[in-house]
Amino acid sequence: MSDPSTRSRGPAPEPILRCSGLRKTFDERVAVADVGFEIAPGETYGLLGPNGAGKTTPISMICGLLARDAGDVIVAGRAVDTHAVAAKASIGYVPQEIALYPDLTAEENLRFFGSLHGIAGDELDGRVSRVLETVALTDRARDRAQEYSGGMQRRLNIALGLLNDPALLILDEPTVGVDPQSRNAILGSVARSSDEGMAILYTTHYMEEAERLCDRVGIIDEGVLRAEGTRRELVGLVGEHDRLRIDADGDLEDAADATRRVAGVASAAVAGGGLDVLMRDARGALADVIRAVDGAGGAITGVEVHEPNLEAVFLHLTGKALRDEA
Amino acid sequence: MSVIRPAFLIARKDLVRRIRDRTAILTAVLLPLGLAYIFSLTLANVDDAGFEATYAVADADGGHLAGALTQTLGAIGSVTVEPVPDAAAAERRTDDGDVDAAIVIPEGFTAGVEAGRGAELIVRTSADASIAGLVATSVVRSFAARLDAVSVAVAAASAADPGADAAALAERARQLEPSTEVVEATAEDRVFSSITFFAIGMAVFFLFFAVEFGVRGLLEEREDGTLARLLVAPIPQVAILAGKGLAALLVGLVSTTLLVVATTVLIDARWGNPIGVGLLVVAGVVAAVGVTALVSTFARTAAQAGAYASIVAVVGGLLGGTFFPIASAPGLLGSIRFLSPQGWLMEGFTGLASGEALRDVLVPAVATLAIGVICGAVAWRRARAVVAR
Repeated sequence: MSDPSTRSRGPAPEPILRCSGLRKTFDERVAVADVGFEIAPGETYGLLGPNGAGKTTPISMICGLLARDAGDVIVAGRAVDTHAVAAKASIGYVPQEIALYPDLTAEENLRFFGSLHGIAGDELDGRVSRVLETVALTDRARDRAQEYSGGMQRRLNIALGLLNDPALLILDEPTVGVDPQSRNAILGSVARSSDEGMAILYTTHYMEEAERLCDRVGIIDEGVLRAEGTRRELVGLVGEHDRLRIDADGDLEDAADATRRVAGVASAAVAGGGLDVLMRDARGALADVIRAVDGAGGAITGVEVHEPNLEAVFLHLTGKALRDEA
Repeated sequence: MSVIRPAFLIARKDLVRRIRDRTAILTAVLLPLGLAYIFSLTLANVDDAGFEATYAVADADGGHLAGALTQTLGAIGSVTVEPVPDAAAAERRTDDGDVDAAIVIPEGFTAGVEAGRGAELIVRTSADASIAGLVATSVVRSFAARLDAVSVAVAAASAADPGADAAALAERARQLEPSTEVVEATAEDRVFSSITFFAIGMAVFFLFFAVEFGVRGLLEEREDGTLARLLVAPIPQVAILAGKGLAALLVGLVSTTLLVVATTVLIDARWGNPIGVGLLVVAGVVAAVGVTALVSTFARTAAQAGAYASIVAVVGGLLGGTFFPIASAPGLLGSIRFLSPQGWLMEGFTGLASGEALRDVLVPAVATLAIGVICGAVAWRRARAVVAR
């Protein structure tokens, strides 16, 4: 899996999803206020926020499940208000809760929803086989969903979203409450879908998932989109530095002096048999730092890069932790 | 995409799930069949060896049609006909419980029928003799239905040929359907057995449980999250409601038809004219789906919807006389049954079972259908709010 933040992009393609000014109130409580973003083909956009931040409400409005008070949603060039059926044909939806018919087999669940998408015959057979393979459930295709473990049900839940080969795949917290093995399988299938060109909208309150999967992330809290951008852009937005830890032998003071002269380095200090360096874009400038230490007579024995994460960004933007248990 | 294809797909999926749910088959077929059998066994003696009834007949007419009615009643096995001098005496004997029912034939009855003017027959039943009262009502109703046919023939002929002799035309019409046929048919066919009554009662009663899953299913889909998937699918929203309704209609039709066939074959119930039975079954299923759907729209959860539908099924069933032959009850109790579709269905089915002609079930069938269509239309509007949050 490639690092999403370093993927190369050509000329900006036409967005698959374009939503703007989304607003929804429930009994005068503002659930979502002026939320808008765009997602291009092959791009994974994460909505990151704690539980109750307002992640699901925009999704419900985009899918046409919830009426909007204001705002526009265009999917694959079609407005969901005026061309609902055509717009929905481009959407694959994976709801937060497991939404399956427990008394039907995995194959029957897939065939039913595939038929509703107008897929039939050999094409339906092929797609059912393919998505079952994608979520590693081929061997259990003829078992009823109620016989599955929670993680397997989650995977089938995702398979249903992939079935119509959508231009826009929407996943609402798909890994909540799953075991690590299933979680990895889910994240893997999402990444593969992105690589295949799907635009993906992914909501989560797991910072690690957003960092691992998403090309761009929108930080949402109390129904307001606080900031959006690539991980690096968001980190830069709040002025955080990368931390580089270099374990080395030799004259460490000279090594520190040499390091401070590298472009982007904010500070370098000798600490515990090595150097602690604060700098921008540690990965990009790592070779320069290593050359500087080496040139000053330092013998490097280990290097660790610590980049500021989205947890820190969220804390900075909202004044609170991303997760209750964090 | 059209509505029809996704509606069929949704209905098919619901039916597959329904078939896999064994409790559904239990509720829709086995339970009503078993209960009808148990009831009929319990009451077998009443119907067969133990059935006795005494009917008071106040014949103020004295004509040959009045005589034919009295003869018809007397031809029923184990029925004693007791002539009384007038209507007051008949009423007194009934109220005192001395007779099971009283039939009052007013003066000028025969002449009125033969002249095409129509006439009135009064049946007064004792509150203590429900089965015997129902038998009396059924026999007199059947007799009157035949006379109606004669009267209609007379009226039509008179209009075409004003100079015709009405009495002669009536006689000719009567010859087309000999009155002796009435007498002969009554003793064996027009009195239906308790087995038939309870087969009908159980079928009508459980029909409202059989279809209940279809409309409750919408709330279940919402609770299970699958409604969201259906709503995100590229299909018209009305297809979801149409699919649910279609599945409920099919389950109702299949389960009721199975019950009719099974009770006929297994416990010798006699339902009557198959076309009339089919008509009433269709009307009944529409009514059951419509009423159940309507009450379900007032529920917030599937469990609540199930409870509401059960209440309506039980109250409507009791009110409509599915357990007791309420049709022969005097006064308000005998009339209030028509507030429920079950009451209309019982009226239609028992009429058919007692030998009434096909045209005589049209009113019950249309009334039942109307209740279903009206309730269904209101339910449809309300259910659209469920799918369009």
